[in-house]
Amino acid sequence: MRHLLGIEGWRREEIETLLDRAEAHLPGGPASTSVLQGKVVANLFFEDSTRTRTSFEMAAKTLGAQVLNWTAQGSSVSKGETLLDTVRNIEATGPVALVIRHRSSGAPHLVAQHVRCAVINAGDGTHEHPSQALLDAFTLRKHWGRLDGRTVLIVGDILHSRVARSNILCLGALGARVMVCGPPTLLPVGLKELGAEVTTNLDAALPQADAVMCLRLQLERQTESFFPSTREFSRLFGLTAARAERMKPGALVMHPGPINRGVELAPAVADGARSVILEQVANGVAVRRAILEVCS
Amino acid sequence: MSAQVLFSRGRVIDPRNGVDGVRDVLVRDGKVAEVSEAPLQVAGAQVVDARGRWVLPGFIDMHVHLREPGEEGKETILTGCRAAVAGGFTAVVAMPNTKLVNDSALVTELVLSRARAARLCRVYPAGAITKGLKGEELAEMGELISAGCVCVTDDGRPVMNASLMRRALQYSTLFDIPVMVHEEDLTLSGKGAMTEGPTATRLGLLPIPPSAEIVMVARDLVLLEETGARLHLAHISCEGSVRLVREAKKRGLRVTAEAAPHHFTLDDTAVGQYDTHAKMNPPLRLRRDVEALREALADGTIDAIATDHAPHGVLDKRVEFEKGINGVVGLETALGLALALVHEGVFSPLKAVELLTVGPARAFGLPGGHLAPGAPADVTIVDPDAEWAVDAERFFSKSRNTPFNGRLLKGRVTQTWVGGGLVFADGQIKESR
Repeated sequence: MRHLLGIEGWRREEIETLLDRAEAHLPGGPASTSVLQGKVVANLFFEDSTRTRTSFEMAAKTLGAQVLNWTAQGSSVSKGETLLDTVRNIEATGPVALVIRHRSSGAPHLVAQHVRCAVINAGDGTHEHPSQALLDAFTLRKHWGRLDGRTVLIVGDILHSRVARSNILCLGALGARVMVCGPPTLLPVGLKELGAEVTTNLDAALPQADAVMCLRLQLERQTESFFPSTREFSRLFGLTAARAERMKPGALVMHPGPINRGVELAPAVADGARSVILEQVANGVAVRRAILEVCS
Repeated sequence: MSAQVLFSRGRVIDPRNGVDGVRDVLVRDGKVAEVSEAPLQVAGAQVVDARGRWVLPGFIDMHVHLREPGEEGKETILTGCRAAVAGGFTAVVAMPNTKLVNDSALVTELVLSRARAARLCRVYPAGAITKGLKGEELAEMGELISAGCVCVTDDGRPVMNASLMRRALQYSTLFDIPVMVHEEDLTLSGKGAMTEGPTATRLGLLPIPPSAEIVMVARDLVLLEETGARLHLAHISCEGSVRLVREAKKRGLRVTAEAAPHHFTLDDTAVGQYDTHAKMNPPLRLRRDVEALREALADGTIDAIATDHAPHGVLDKRVEFEKGINGVVGLETALGLALALVHEGVFSPLKAVELLTVGPARAFGLPGGHLAPGAPADVTIVDPDAEWAVDAERFFSKSRNTPFNGRLLKGRVTQTWVGGGLVFADGQIKESR
């Protein structure tokens, strides 16, 4: 048993082993489909999610597990039950793993200190989203073979993005050069220490990238004046069709979803030849099967 | 009564009176009677053999939260006083942000009467600046002062309204008492959970920029200059604040400042993996801020070490980091952490004692803080060589919320005397004196 609380603390070999396992879990692959036969995996989603929850659910079910789907809505959380009380009650039903999505950074770490089963972070606040980074790395690996020497440019709201943090660490660990780009208000200090190069000039960075990952812009950040308008954001930091033209030949476009079409990513680019967005989703199940197998 | 105690042959460190050497200290009727280089022979006096020990003026902590009335599950005046004397403090200033806010003589009198009943250390209440700490209207400062408050503060919260703060300072000149401020611009700190820096970014915690503190320090120094009042800056934590205070002092403004042991000991990396015991307000800052505080303590820019002793229950801390309540207990670890800076060569033992005694006494105009004849016989005896590991389970405080559990410290309080009476000795509280 081991936890997946974040990419932080995972070494390159461990990540590569996990991605190798994910290969075996692709449809028609050699991995066993009964490793979790008779076991229960609990999905604890304190925050809304479509793609991550269904992806983990499919992964668990196709490994033979029963899935307990718990959501904060309609639970005792609204009665003021604490996170640890909620989680311990669910743990008492005997799951082999808790898959947790929570709005507070570090919530899975807190849980992991107080339960005996595996804790898998399915996204915590503005901290990490490790399964997303692993499936992104997996997707890139399928295209490139290796990430060494490749440049991945992550664009948008880095400050509030758990996808960005996990990807900086994961892609960096696998040998890629990671650049991040966004308005200064959405670039936290200390990104260099995490291993990223920082720029505010998308047009200068774009031609260097072998892949561009656009992040979802949460529209409520506008009311907090992190940027003046989605219009201006899009003008400065959106991946428009014109910008996509200037990318390297063969460079890829990624997005963790859900997309604000026309804000961070133009519809034509999201659906265009460079886009691997749906591959990301498809690979997600195989990667999460590998995560459940390795952690449980 | 003519109880006499003779502290014999200890190293007396009394910064106010320029004493650092082996002395005998004779105490009579609750006051210091004589300090002598030559050994004294006093018939009938109880002799305390202080060889190898430091004999110090009792420590004064100008910033503690005793939680009573209202949150007696975290601390009471009695348990807080026990923690104080165990840490060598003979006087504490009790913050007004109790659940019944100390914004009236009624609450001030309650605090004073509970403190008298505890019979351990001196407790000086601080009154609120604004009614209910709401930052809207001035509390009755005159009534609070005449009931026994030694300063006013909305500690835990800033006075965000600059005009109200200006009036509070103006009005305070009627009584010539310090206005103590928690400097935080709430629009800058926002929903932040820890200081801006690499650790916040790594942990994905929303950042609190240092400017949240510094702009308020700047604002209040401007208001201070205009009003001619006395300003005391609680728990300053940033290099930028230190710079402003240094400059203001140079220009002769009546400003004093304190720093807390956690801020001059730990930096943001102590948060580790979401350790809520390292969560407080102001937050732990960056290493360069820690260094700036140390320098400011050494050069006199900061007047006092104050613990901001803030007891909280286990459940307040065993939650998501963002939800974790701010604060750490500090009374029982303050001396060891101050002496750690002596051992690191940041300042002398004389300076350490100054920051714990005459520094706070002067800032708040309190009696004590020194050992000249006539001074209150508040004495703290320290074994400077005792090495010990912090064990929160053994705290006299009701609460255990410390980031220093397990830390090795050198230098420990062996006895605490208040008004000539023994209140703490060899790990035991002496309650029925």
